[in-house]
Amino acid sequence: MTDSLYSLSISELAPLLARREVSPVEVTEQLLERIAAVDGQLNSYLTVDADGARVQAKAAEARIAKGEGAPLTGIPLALKDVLVTKGLRTTCGSRILENFVPPFDATVCARLREAGAVFMGKVNMDEFAMGSSTENSAFGPTHNPWNRDYIPGGSSGGSAAAVAADLCIASLGSDTGGSIRQPACHCGVVGLKPTYGRVSRYGLVAYASSLDQIGPLTKEVRDAALLLNCIAGHDRRDSTSVDQAVPDYLARLGREIKGLKIGVPQEYFGEGLDPDVASAVQAALKTLEGLGAVLVEVSLPHTEYAVAVYYVVAVAEASSNLARYDGVKYGLRAEGRNLLEMYGATRTKGFGAEVRRRIMLGTYALSAGYYDAYYRKASQVRALIRGDFDRAFKECDVVATPVSPTPAFRLGEKMADPLTMYLSDIFTISANLAGVPGISVPCGFSGGGLPIGLQLMGPPFGEEVLLQAAYALEQATEWHRRKPVW
Amino acid sequence: MALTREEVLHVAKLARLNLEAEEVELFTRQLNDIRAYVEKLQELDTAGVKPMAHAVPVCNAFRDDEVTPGLPRDEALDNAPSREEGSFVVPRII
Repeated sequence: MTDSLYSLSISELAPLLARREVSPVEVTEQLLERIAAVDGQLNSYLTVDADGARVQAKAAEARIAKGEGAPLTGIPLALKDVLVTKGLRTTCGSRILENFVPPFDATVCARLREAGAVFMGKVNMDEFAMGSSTENSAFGPTHNPWNRDYIPGGSSGGSAAAVAADLCIASLGSDTGGSIRQPACHCGVVGLKPTYGRVSRYGLVAYASSLDQIGPLTKEVRDAALLLNCIAGHDRRDSTSVDQAVPDYLARLGREIKGLKIGVPQEYFGEGLDPDVASAVQAALKTLEGLGAVLVEVSLPHTEYAVAVYYVVAVAEASSNLARYDGVKYGLRAEGRNLLEMYGATRTKGFGAEVRRRIMLGTYALSAGYYDAYYRKASQVRALIRGDFDRAFKECDVVATPVSPTPAFRLGEKMADPLTMYLSDIFTISANLAGVPGISVPCGFSGGGLPIGLQLMGPPFGEEVLLQAAYALEQATEWHRRKPVW
Repeated sequence: MALTREEVLHVAKLARLNLEAEEVELFTRQLNDIRAYVEKLQELDTAGVKPMAHAVPVCNAFRDDEVTPGLPRDEALDNAPSREEGSFVVPRII
């Protein structure tokens, strides 16, 4: 088994490291070798930090030898390139940050470093996390490990592909409208978007600040709990991180789910749902029912407005957040005869088409005369969406839905039509607007051999029950054990 | 009420983006498609609904006004496209 350490999960690898049967250096070397051999076909990594990873692996080895190991010591991780890493290039998938070397660590990175994790490198994403396919990366798309003609999902497509293809042990991504859950679903791995405010956003390059959240993409549910244990909690550097005690997210794993009420909203099972997805999700619900859960019908009546709300709120926040890329303090600068020309030339050269489109939309939605009709109206509908969830969680413990209406689509299929691309996020966006947590867990495969995921959403700070239910489903099925064949 | 070409150019100017001629056409069409879709929101009666800007009810997050070390100047300037004498350099403004 020592020749395929890269295929292990955190939960499988950690005990071997702790007992010193395996060294972090060995795992890291194996992963570096595998990345070099395989990633040319996937393009999941934007930066492989071989030297840094070796140094960190050696340090982890020494720490374990001294008996000072923590649960994540020596675990090789890949970080979405939206998380700033001190001294390690952070591009956000954009030309404008192509050569940006951050002078500080994001809080989540600092916490993982402290725990002794090994950073293999930075993984691909849609530029500024704007996209659902990773095709908007300025550095080329990532391919789905299950079928390289298909998208891995996005925007954390590099994370999902790297986890699925065993090019890291686990990864961190970010989720603004589904960007952890949807790629996790399309690549057959686990993806958790925590409650808004559960994890510090300090050092997460901002896209839409009221929606962005960092979370894990992993090979099994238990790993997501392990990573969340490390990254959750208040941070004085992010005033929107909530000062609430962090429970042990492992505690409820394996506890039976007898009597757990699972809400099934009919709004997520209507027209446009792929038949393979529908039957895989129904089968997962049956499995959960077989484990003693009780299915109850709930309604989230404003679901059909979520995409419209998102494409006002998210783009408005983006237009404001991305104003900082002006060619002055960091990032690309294109020459201009005066300051205004320099701004325009820099931003035009530095941003890709989708980013420019969203900045334009957001600028329009916030511009004089349109603010009330768009931003204010969308913020009101956002409150209605949150109200839907509040009512639903009076009747159930978690809500179960598909993650995505279809399995992964073909590379290039939706690039010409932004609106069609946007609509592929219809089932994941609501959780961000409402601020509730959601998890994607593998629940089957399409006829074409592409993975399908079940989404579970919970009340704010309900990660424990989400993980408990997701773990129960995972342990009762074999989907997560399948690996793409190379 | 569709966005005109002129409005698209105006928005681009506000956003400090330059658009190529063919891009103006494309963006006008795409922004109108998206705008038409977003019009869906007008179907809903939201009279009296308090707008929600944030998922968690955080008001001000106060802390003690203590001096703590910040980013050293040199490190803050390390990524600057152009720097001189401890400052960022920009093209002439006046």
